[in-house]
Amino acid sequence: MSPRALGLLGPWLAVVALAAAIALQVARDRTYPRDSRAIAERALYVRSGTVLQRLALEFDALASDVYWIRALQHYGGERLTRERARNYDLLYPLLDITTSLDPYFTIAYRFGAIFLSEEYPGGPGRPDLAVALLRKGMAAQPEKWQYRHDIGFVHYWHLRDYKAAASWFQGAAAQPNAPNWLEPLAAAMLNAGGDRASARLVWGQMLQSEEEWLRRNAARRLQQLDALDQIDQLQEIVRRFPPPEGERYTWEYLVRRRILRGIPADPTGSAYRLDAASGTVTVASDSALQPMPAEANLRLHAP
Amino acid sequence: MRAVSRIAASVFRESVRDRVPYNLVLFAILLISSSLLLGQLTAGQDVKIIKDLGLAATSLFGLFIAIFIGIGLVSKEVDRRSIYALLAKPISRTQFIAGKYAGLVLTLAVNLGVMTLALYVVLGFMTWGTSPELQSAWDAPGLDPALMKAVFLTFVQLMLVTAIALFFSTFSSPLLSAALTLGFYVVGQFNADLRNFDTVVDSPTAARLARGIYHVVPDLSAFDVKLQVVHGLPVPAGYLAATTAYGLLYITAILLVATFIFSRRDFK
Repeated sequence: MSPRALGLLGPWLAVVALAAAIALQVARDRTYPRDSRAIAERALYVRSGTVLQRLALEFDALASDVYWIRALQHYGGERLTRERARNYDLLYPLLDITTSLDPYFTIAYRFGAIFLSEEYPGGPGRPDLAVALLRKGMAAQPEKWQYRHDIGFVHYWHLRDYKAAASWFQGAAAQPNAPNWLEPLAAAMLNAGGDRASARLVWGQMLQSEEEWLRRNAARRLQQLDALDQIDQLQEIVRRFPPPEGERYTWEYLVRRRILRGIPADPTGSAYRLDAASGTVTVASDSALQPMPAEANLRLHAP
Repeated sequence: MRAVSRIAASVFRESVRDRVPYNLVLFAILLISSSLLLGQLTAGQDVKIIKDLGLAATSLFGLFIAIFIGIGLVSKEVDRRSIYALLAKPISRTQFIAGKYAGLVLTLAVNLGVMTLALYVVLGFMTWGTSPELQSAWDAPGLDPALMKAVFLTFVQLMLVTAIALFFSTFSSPLLSAALTLGFYVVGQFNADLRNFDTVVDSPTAARLARGIYHVVPDLSAFDVKLQVVHGLPVPAGYLAATTAYGLLYITAILLVATFIFSRRDFK
């Protein structure tokens, strides 16, 4: 090929070659799929935050951002997957590295603790690791009341240890710049830790948080509490107005009898599920409120 | 002084001819594209990450300029044989070194200035697009003047790296100079660990040796306050002043040694 022809055709040939390479890559990945989890695990490269901090030289803050994004992608990807069992094994190592690289990354501790303590399948269900992460944050910034508050919260919501929760809330209240609602929160924990009213109090305070993600999480939790109240009322209706002998439980029957005005829906708009055989009312499996909190944690009234 | 400023101006012009300002375009593209993408990926941490990215890129781009131009400051003149014409003029070798150094520092200052401005523009745009309620959750304001502390110390650090590159450039090849300067930069980042080496080893001799190296090799990690400013943590003025003075003294020492070596070099 003459230099002139190469000059004219060269760029076009390069584009064609690149397009062919991409097409071949797509076809190969489709024919020989690779285990994305194995790839992700390999991509963790170094698991020690301290070693990574050294390797990152003066770019440790930027490296922590990269690990933070990876932690978010890992958590979100596993949580949304429908094709296989969810596996959150990499979540803690990723958060640990993120916070070793940037010990002041408050959100990584706080969001990370929420992700870690979330019950399976919404998360790995590891409140112990959530507390470990928050304690690491406390070691970096002992005066931050938020870490003590969050540890108290993990004790309250996930470990159901109301005494420990109250003690952590009190500890948080003693920190400089702590909000004044922490003392009453600690008292409420001691009086009636496991009822929905105190849960509303806790999530209601979270709703005032400066962090948008925490506020959204709190709003969802409050909707779950509303749903639990509504389920109690619906269950009572179903119990009082059972279908005729031999017929199955249906919402249509209650609507026909004008006991209900329509098929009841949860706060996100998803219709409640009514078990046709037992008459048990639950939140639909495809509702945005799933997974619902453990019932044992949320008695309607204090003991 | 006139000779020094003329040499400095010529180094600056040459860096522009060498298309060094292209890195500014790359920097702007990196920041703008990141700011558009990050909002979806970072759970509300986009401003923090843009600050981290902007400060890290400022430092990294500056480092590349300092090393890869610094190592050629003297050797290029020798390779092109233009050194003979220069030294035949009424210019002392000290003026030559000082001029070359000042020219590259000027190039760095202009680059850092433009990059900082671009960072503030992107941050200003992000702050403008965020509600005050969301901004209250940030560790530090979007357009935080404290970012300048990190940029300033990065500049002093880069001045120091430039001096090291120039020093090696006076007696070794560009490749070796690059390797040695990069080596000094990496060792300088770990240097602070040597100060407390006695807590790791039992040998008092090894501990003393480590402490000696700590004092001789420049402590570059001291110039890094990026993490603190991004999180709105205080960086005392005394610390800034002491670290700057440390850097300037170190630069003076390196440039004096570089001048000494260069003045004894025979170009026949």
